[in-house]
Amino acid sequence: MAEPLLSVRDLVVEFPTRRGTLRAIDRVSFDLKEGEVLGMVGESGAGKSITGAAIIGLIEPPGRIAGGEVRLRGERIDNLPPDRMRRVRGRRIGKVFQDPLTSLNPLYTVARQLTETIRTHLDVNEKEARRRAIALLDRVGIPAAARRIDDYPHHFSGGMRQRVVIALALCAEPELVIADEPTTALDVSVQAQIIDVLKEICAERGAAVMLITHDMGVIAETADRVAVLYAGRLAEIGPVRDVIKEAEHPYTAGLMGSIPTLTQTSDRLVQIPGSMPRLNAIPTGCAFNPRCTKVFDRCRVERPDPIDRGSGRQVACWLYDRAEARHD
Amino acid sequence: MLAFIIRRIAQSLLVMLVVAAVSFSLFRFVGDPISSMVGQEATMADREALREALGLNDPFLVQFARFVGNALQGNFGISYRLQQPVMELILSRLPATLELALISGIAAFAFGVTLGVYTALNRRGWISSGIMTVSLIGVSLPTFLIGVLLIWVFAVELQWLPSFGRGEVVGIGDWWRTGLLTESGRRSIILPAITLGLYQMTLIMRLVRAEMLEVLRTDYIKFARARGLSNRAVHFGHALKNTLVPVITITGLQLGSIIAFSIITETVFQWPGVGALFIRSVQFVDVPVMAAYLMMIALIFVVINLIVDLLYYAVDPRLRVERGSARH
Amino acid sequence: MADTDPSQMKPRGRLYRIWDSDVAYSFRTSPVALVAGLVSLIIIFAAVFAPWLAPYNPYDPSQLNLMDGFTPPGELNQISGNVYWLGSDNLVRDVFSTILYGARISLFVGFMAVLFAMVLGITLGLIAGWRGGWVDSLLMRVADVQLSFPAILIALLIFGIARGFIPPAYRETMAIWVLIVAIGLSEWVNYARVVRGATMVEKNKEYIQAARVIGVHPARIMARHILPNVMGPVLVIATIGLALAIIAEATLSFLGVGVPPTQPSLGTLIRIGQQYLFSGEWWILLFPSLTLLALALSVNLLGDWLRDALNPRLR
Repeated sequence: MAEPLLSVRDLVVEFPTRRGTLRAIDRVSFDLKEGEVLGMVGESGAGKSITGAAIIGLIEPPGRIAGGEVRLRGERIDNLPPDRMRRVRGRRIGKVFQDPLTSLNPLYTVARQLTETIRTHLDVNEKEARRRAIALLDRVGIPAAARRIDDYPHHFSGGMRQRVVIALALCAEPELVIADEPTTALDVSVQAQIIDVLKEICAERGAAVMLITHDMGVIAETADRVAVLYAGRLAEIGPVRDVIKEAEHPYTAGLMGSIPTLTQTSDRLVQIPGSMPRLNAIPTGCAFNPRCTKVFDRCRVERPDPIDRGSGRQVACWLYDRAEARHD
Repeated sequence: MLAFIIRRIAQSLLVMLVVAAVSFSLFRFVGDPISSMVGQEATMADREALREALGLNDPFLVQFARFVGNALQGNFGISYRLQQPVMELILSRLPATLELALISGIAAFAFGVTLGVYTALNRRGWISSGIMTVSLIGVSLPTFLIGVLLIWVFAVELQWLPSFGRGEVVGIGDWWRTGLLTESGRRSIILPAITLGLYQMTLIMRLVRAEMLEVLRTDYIKFARARGLSNRAVHFGHALKNTLVPVITITGLQLGSIIAFSIITETVFQWPGVGALFIRSVQFVDVPVMAAYLMMIALIFVVINLIVDLLYYAVDPRLRVERGSARH
Repeated sequence: MADTDPSQMKPRGRLYRIWDSDVAYSFRTSPVALVAGLVSLIIIFAAVFAPWLAPYNPYDPSQLNLMDGFTPPGELNQISGNVYWLGSDNLVRDVFSTILYGARISLFVGFMAVLFAMVLGITLGLIAGWRGGWVDSLLMRVADVQLSFPAILIALLIFGIARGFIPPAYRETMAIWVLIVAIGLSEWVNYARVVRGATMVEKNKEYIQAARVIGVHPARIMARHILPNVMGPVLVIATIGLALAIIAEATLSFLGVGVPPTQPSLGTLIRIGQQYLFSGEWWILLFPSLTLLALALSVNLLGDWLRDALNPRLR
């Protein structure tokens, strides 16, 4: 099998606080193949955004990567010196932020922000950078791009600004785009358009996408594979169709049960009792055990590591341990 | 744009009218103008005649209109203490104050912005901590104490610089006498300028630092970093400009404060400016001088405010739209 | 991790909770705050107990030995045999004693001015925020205009005007109160703004609406529900305001428009000291200056620390 584009192994991210160190990400591993769209879901605080920030090397101090490694095409990037990491950002990994209203510098025109980014990473002159910027704006669906490029961000609507943000993330032709809740701050009516633009343009350029969201609907329509995070740990990962059709981890199953669908036969949506533990109060054993309907003794003492289930699926749950299967 | 300017000018005129009312009330009701003008031996009839001659028996509004009319022509009456026209007194001392204020204002801005940016970017370095601690001493040190200590060290002990006065002055044009063109004049302005500027510099520095730290936390700075822009471009291209927008306003207003604060510096260094004149007038309840000084300071504030607003308008593209459309 | 469980915190009592709060923790672990707190306490203590601590009473002429003027610090005066720790001044007063009494006056004016500004500012802020409308517009416009002028200038003006109204015979005795009012009036704006903002936010919350509907008196609502919300910021403003008031008092006294020379504050002492700088009697200037600096700096540091401690985002 070909080397994955991005490989995250046993990633640990810690935040020291006065009450002890909090583990926001606890030994998370996953791969991302070239051109693939990986959805990353979980409740707020599950560690989705921090995983994205860790990959691109922009965790806010005093937080830090305390263990594991991140490789891009086999090369470790989690310990690169700042200046070399800077040349990875934007050039090889682009990032789309959540809120388009605050992601653009209000004092500079869109043109200036685009050409500046292009010329930071690619060896082109101002004229060529501007030509590319206009072409890109046109591609992400900004009408009259050649004229509007000289506008300031506040001249654009929220949806249009998010298109500009996507253009900015992609303007230096990265191989991977991390989209951190790219539609959460937008009107429902434009969310689908933005996701479509993002997906199409990345597909055209062969860029892989890591799509962070808490919206399973978006994942279902967009992603090839999905990773489910719970309390900073990976609960389940696998092809989207399989996971949606037949979730293995009880948490994922609960998540799926909470999505309303048109074909739903029951009257009520299933909800998961309780709430995700705070990072300073994660129970021993499986982090999900207090809320799990299928909990048994082992879950309360031993933490399950992801278990290979074949066809690219992994699930961190003792229900699927071979030793347990023999007991059944 | 034009509507905006006209509205701002109208507001300024209103403020000036209010200040004129305060000045006039001061003039009219603080102490008795008649007893300040005539000697002890004047009879009641003499006083009444003078009262009538000065129009003090006219209705309030008539008197106020006359006061404003006179003020517009630069006529603020005669100083009780010095028996000279107030306007003449003020004009002869204004150049000394303006030169001092300008020199210290420029120095305060230049050093304040530089140090503020430095301490914001190297937040955790020990040099920054040192600068911040020293700056707190600067804020806590009353202006007069800075002046006295500077005199002690540089004038009394080291005998490097003069401790009082403006040195030799030469005339430019009809009434502007400057000390900046002579060696002794330049030497004389150093200590007062430091005294007057130090506090403002610390304020500007702390403001720039706080604003810059605020800006560095914004999404558009994080996004700029995530696009791999160099630290230089992020800090000086994106962050600094956004920092300076609010700083300009406050710094502009500081210039007004500098002129007001020169009261203290001028007293310490026996600098022959309007501030020293004002202090004398407060001590001796010399109401015409107090009233005129108040009007002058207000005029300077209003003009600076106006300039700052227009500058702000020129720097921040967002205002151009909001003012143009939303307000009408 | 155990102390995050609320059930375990109860038996430890209220004092423990204060000790364990974030603010107290930040105080315990901040050397700057500890030193600043200690210095402020020492100076306040020394000022309050000045009559018992000072070796001489500078206001009592019978204690003064006319031969003892300008004795340098720690030196034996050849004529009288007296030793003054920090020297003696032009009026034969022991500098150490005058500093204690001076700090007493400076602190008195400072505290009273802060109190005055706080009461005035909170009251006007509550009224502006609660009533809204033209009352609010008027008060905030006044605040805007006043804020665009330096406080010291406002204080000077108020002082000057007040002097105009007070007959010359009473000017000396009234000076201290005029000073307090002048400084207080120049500082009320910050309190009013914070309180007004909080009032406007809280006023529209449902629990306040509910309280109004069942007829709770507005004054009670403000005292019970709105004021507790602004105590943090008000405390920060008051602490920094105390430093500002002490500096303002010293400045006005230094300029010769503050307290009368018969009751010298730290600013007056510095004014006197400056006159003897050129003749070499440096101690008359230096020690009051250092005291003023230590006092203003430590109170300022406390205020600065408090602001950061109450607003963790800035750390």
